[in-house]
Amino acid sequence: MKRVLLFLPLIIAAAIGVILFWGLGNDPTKLDSARIDDPLPLFSLPSLQNPERLLSQEDVKGKVSLLNVWATWCPSCRVEHPYLLKIAKQYGVPVIGLNYKDERESAKNWLVQLGNPYLFNIFDEKGKLGLDLGVYGAPETYIVDKKGIVRYRHVGVVDEQVWKSILEPRIKQYSKQG
Amino acid sequence: MKKLILSLSMLSFIVLSVVASANEGSDTLEFKTDAQRSQYQQLTEELRCPKCQNQNIADSNAPIAKDLRNEVHRLILEGDDADQIVDFMVERYGNFVVYKPKFDPSTYLLWLGPAIIALIGLIIVVLSARKKRKEESTDSAVLSQEEKNQLSHILSEDEK
Repeated sequence: MKRVLLFLPLIIAAAIGVILFWGLGNDPTKLDSARIDDPLPLFSLPSLQNPERLLSQEDVKGKVSLLNVWATWCPSCRVEHPYLLKIAKQYGVPVIGLNYKDERESAKNWLVQLGNPYLFNIFDEKGKLGLDLGVYGAPETYIVDKKGIVRYRHVGVVDEQVWKSILEPRIKQYSKQG
Repeated sequence: MKKLILSLSMLSFIVLSVVASANEGSDTLEFKTDAQRSQYQQLTEELRCPKCQNQNIADSNAPIAKDLRNEVHRLILEGDDADQIVDFMVERYGNFVVYKPKFDPSTYLLWLGPAIIALIGLIIVVLSARKKRKEESTDSAVLSQEEKNQLSHILSEDEK
């Protein structure tokens, strides 16, 4: 028994080592969203393309969709834009835009020049919905299920790897659920 | 003389514009009372910026930190107390945004961990000290019957 106890410090040190090693692989700038498994925050904001039309959380229900937070001032948004087009056209997943703290005209121009992957765009000029959602930097991409519940948040660029390994499997999973 | 006045006025103009531009970046927020102002200062120092993780929102220049400061300001003017404002932020950005997380089931380990480890250490020290004292006392003072016989045997041999 005493002999075994002698190994205790070694075991503890090894356990700490494992935890720290695991921590090395984690990106500390990627935070878990506090909104996961909560319904989308209530909002009433104009559409980007049509200022007359008011959009609400009800418009994001019905189908599992991607809610993509973007802005023209965000360089990484430009990087992921072609891939969003691919997701919308090739994979047929509805992509809803949350145009975050942007100018309406530049955002509209961006969509004309680079193509429009979005079903519609929520124009969040003041960043109110972004704040309620816990957005801390664009681009962010959320998976919202049929009932309008936030299921996942990806911070950063969406590319082939992120789509294949993270987003697509989850979208399939939530599409199966009622 | 004219030149001197001119250069002095130039200088003061430069100084003033530098001061003005230095002030431009900081928020000029209005409060109804000094209590609200100090509450604002305290809260913005206690809330952590989610973007530039090692700064509080008072120190950070990130746009999101500015938004959060404005939100704190708005909530204070609406009459929310510190707990309500912290709850508002945690609801949106998670426990990450507070340097001093709330005491709830997800943070029990964080808050109680050090005390528990210290307690375990204390118990180990007390137990091992007791054990040692017991061993010492049995070793030195009390001899078993066999040891007594051995002792008297040795002593009697010495006398011979």
